Amino acid sequence: MNSVIMDNIARSYGDVRALDGISVQINGGELFGFIGPDGAGKTTLFRILTSLLLPDSGSATVDGLDVVDDYRKLRRAIGYMPGRFSLYQDLTVEENLQFFASVFGTTVDANYELIRSVFQYLEPFRHRRAGQLSGGMKQKLALSCALIHRPSVLFLDEPTTGVDAVSRKEFWEMLEELKAEGITIVVSTPYMDEASLCDRVALIQDGRLLTVDTPTRIEKSFPKPILSVRSARKYELIKALRAYPFSSSVYAFGESAHYTDSRSSVDAVELQSYLRDQGFTDVTVAQVDPGIEDVFMALMT
Amino acid sequence: MGSFRGFIVKEFHHIFRDYRTLVILFGMPVIQLILFGYAIRNEVSDIQVGFLDPVRDELTMDLKTRIDASSYFISKGDYDTLDDIERAFQDGTIREAVVFEPDFSHKLRHDGSASLSVIADGTNPNIANTMNAYTLVIVRDFQRDLLADDTPAPAERGIVIDSRMRFNPELKSIFLFVPGLIALILMLVSALMTSITITREKELGTMEILLVSPLKPIQIIVGKVLPYFLLSFINVSTILVLARLVFHIPIRGSVLLLLAECLLFILCALSLGILISAKSKTQQTATMISLSGLLLPTIILSGFIFPIDSMPKILQVISHIVPAKWFLIIIRGIMLKGVGFEYFWKETLILAFMTAVLMTASIRSFKIRLD
Amino acid sequence: MAAKDSSTERVVIDVRDLTRRFGDFTAVDSISFSVKRGEILGFLGANGAGKTTAIRMLTGLLEPSSGDATVAGFDVYRQREAIKKNIGYMSQKFSLYEDLTVFENIRFYGGVYGLTRATIKSKSDELLERLGLQHARDHRISGLPLGWRQKLAFSVALLHEPEIVFLDEPTGGVDPVTRRQFWDLIYETAANGVTVFATTHYMDEAEYCDRVSIMVDGRIEAYGTPNALKNQFEVSSMDDVFIRLARSTSQSS
Repeated sequence: MNSVIMDNIARSYGDVRALDGISVQINGGELFGFIGPDGAGKTTLFRILTSLLLPDSGSATVDGLDVVDDYRKLRRAIGYMPGRFSLYQDLTVEENLQFFASVFGTTVDANYELIRSVFQYLEPFRHRRAGQLSGGMKQKLALSCALIHRPSVLFLDEPTTGVDAVSRKEFWEMLEELKAEGITIVVSTPYMDEASLCDRVALIQDGRLLTVDTPTRIEKSFPKPILSVRSARKYELIKALRAYPFSSSVYAFGESAHYTDSRSSVDAVELQSYLRDQGFTDVTVAQVDPGIEDVFMALMT
Repeated sequence: MGSFRGFIVKEFHHIFRDYRTLVILFGMPVIQLILFGYAIRNEVSDIQVGFLDPVRDELTMDLKTRIDASSYFISKGDYDTLDDIERAFQDGTIREAVVFEPDFSHKLRHDGSASLSVIADGTNPNIANTMNAYTLVIVRDFQRDLLADDTPAPAERGIVIDSRMRFNPELKSIFLFVPGLIALILMLVSALMTSITITREKELGTMEILLVSPLKPIQIIVGKVLPYFLLSFINVSTILVLARLVFHIPIRGSVLLLLAECLLFILCALSLGILISAKSKTQQTATMISLSGLLLPTIILSGFIFPIDSMPKILQVISHIVPAKWFLIIIRGIMLKGVGFEYFWKETLILAFMTAVLMTASIRSFKIRLD
Repeated sequence: MAAKDSSTERVVIDVRDLTRRFGDFTAVDSISFSVKRGEILGFLGANGAGKTTAIRMLTGLLEPSSGDATVAGFDVYRQREAIKKNIGYMSQKFSLYEDLTVFENIRFYGGVYGLTRATIKSKSDELLERLGLQHARDHRISGLPLGWRQKLAFSVALLHEPEIVFLDEPTGGVDPVTRRQFWDLIYETAANGVTVFATTHYMDEAEYCDRVSIMVDGRIEAYGTPNALKNQFEVSSMDDVFIRLARSTSQSS
């Protein structure tokens, strides 16, 4: 069953086209990710789906409720965690949670089971003001607050931005648990490496979808073999690779460079000998599986 | 109703945790009142007094001598006409005048009662009050001695004193200051604080969550407004009690009516606050609009400090849209003149109308979505 | 090789037992490391690990409690003004004035570092040409795409030819292509002999650095090339290096 259906949504701010014809169907119980850089339109899309903004054109439903016409019912059904962890800094952890519970006409006790796994981390800080929590703790509190009324669909706008690697990992583990509870989770992130943690993802750039599929299939869709080339002299290496007559794309990729060839097949040995001739004595060349980031860049250009 | 109660609880948490603001809100009016009250409380001595005495007999001479002999007053002698007295006031020769009625002694002796006008320079109302009080004491002494000499007199015997203020018949400064201060405080707490508290949620991003929650706009608005409504009311009561107990400022009219009018003005200010918050995205903008759009007009164009009558025509016209102007007329009427509702129903109506318009506008402009 | 001279082994940042205390709290606890000319150092750590305090000391904004450090050959106790003149700084959050034009920004920063009018003029022409931004010379920053802004901000930070440039989360949140273009620029700068000191808490950014330092609770708990660190902790990404480190130290606190 489809839980969230977007049909050709567009939205502009003045001359800037933030969203340009977004159509996606998200299944019930799915962990779905919108992956794209800052300014891609993720936040605008989430605001439209949570009834906070009106689309210029197109339509969307969440659990069968129209985001424009049924906004009142919709707001009861969903949980939303905005990009910045929107908490009351001057209220304690407990007070924040109680407040959001009361707003939805429920109590913390009634739904404690649902948030237990998230809230256990916060238990020692119950009486600390939210403003004094670390980024990771704020993130967990914001998630608890968004969950406290047991929403059927959870919208998390960049929940892992600005938190450390440990908190990020813990956060994704929590999302897995929530998924097991049957909650549909729609999440956005600028981190390409988080794509693999979603059931399906949409790559989004400049208000347009680049592709929508499972992470594995997206990675498989990359049309060419990728060679990972390494040398201590990275800058010169990249220059040399770009100067290679058959090079199609050359991108720095962490410690190595990712190279694709303009020909249909690629010869690693040939490339290696070219680089040796250029004076790179320490060079290694190895074929690697394409990642989401490789696909993203290929689709962008 | 649980969600609404939760909202109110949260608002009070915000208010009481921001204790600096709280101290300012409650401390400032008290400090202002006390500073203002005491700063103009000078000790009174050697007040130049002039007399208009058409009688000039033994009796009036006696009273005049008594006044001159007290350490508070110095006689500047007799004047012939009220115009002379007026001139003496204007060039500062005298600060108080005692005016006897033409057949003062005769009436006092034969009818047992006569009247005396005491005119004090009201520029400084505290001093004027003190001068009045001292004069009164001397006259009472005089009268008591007079009666003791004489045979028992009819009950209605006595000197009727008619106290008047020159320059400032309604008493400026502290008496006028208190109603103005009330208007200012109510504007500050109600409008400024409300506008800031709503924009703060916008800035923090919590407004997004509130909007996405089942809370209705009206609940959010009322939830924001109610705590400040209460705080404002407490604030007004504090100022009134303080003004009454420490500075003996009269509340000549009905206290209930006064409180009711205050509530109306608070509502008006709160509506303005919501309107401002609906129009501004940041606390900074809200503060700027409140300060320049509300506080300045409340101070300058309400008649709080500068009399509206002596303003340029254009400012007089503008002053009509300043709610504090109407509120000041009302509460000065109640507190200082002791007049009833029939004297300011028009002003009340104007204020009520303004409140209704602002309230409608602010509820309408409160968006159920972001923009 | 476009390097200005061949002294690539010269140490430009040398830190020995550098410590900073705030009352009872030791924000930076006796850290030691050195960075060579033209090297790209990734300076990592969670919020509150002491990163900011360490950088403030190295940029001459904060006096250390004890220990020694020289930056571009200048002492962090006695030559703080000289340090400031010989470093550049760029933050992703704030670098250029949005309401000023491209040229106005360049002129402003040039002026701050005491460049003459003529130098600013020639440098800005050269800079705009290199970035291919000549047409945008008189455009306001606010109208420029994020990628351009970043490259411009970086170039402006290098305007006064500093020996070291400090970058704060230089590429967080930008699209992957723009990000690569930016790293190309960083690599080029480093190849020209400028030392790059990048702070970030994006671990994947760290993978691009020559060497990485990870601070935990005021100490440098890991230091080496990304590859060496991954081998040392037997993991496949810097993310996991960080997680391993955080888990192993959280037991003690």
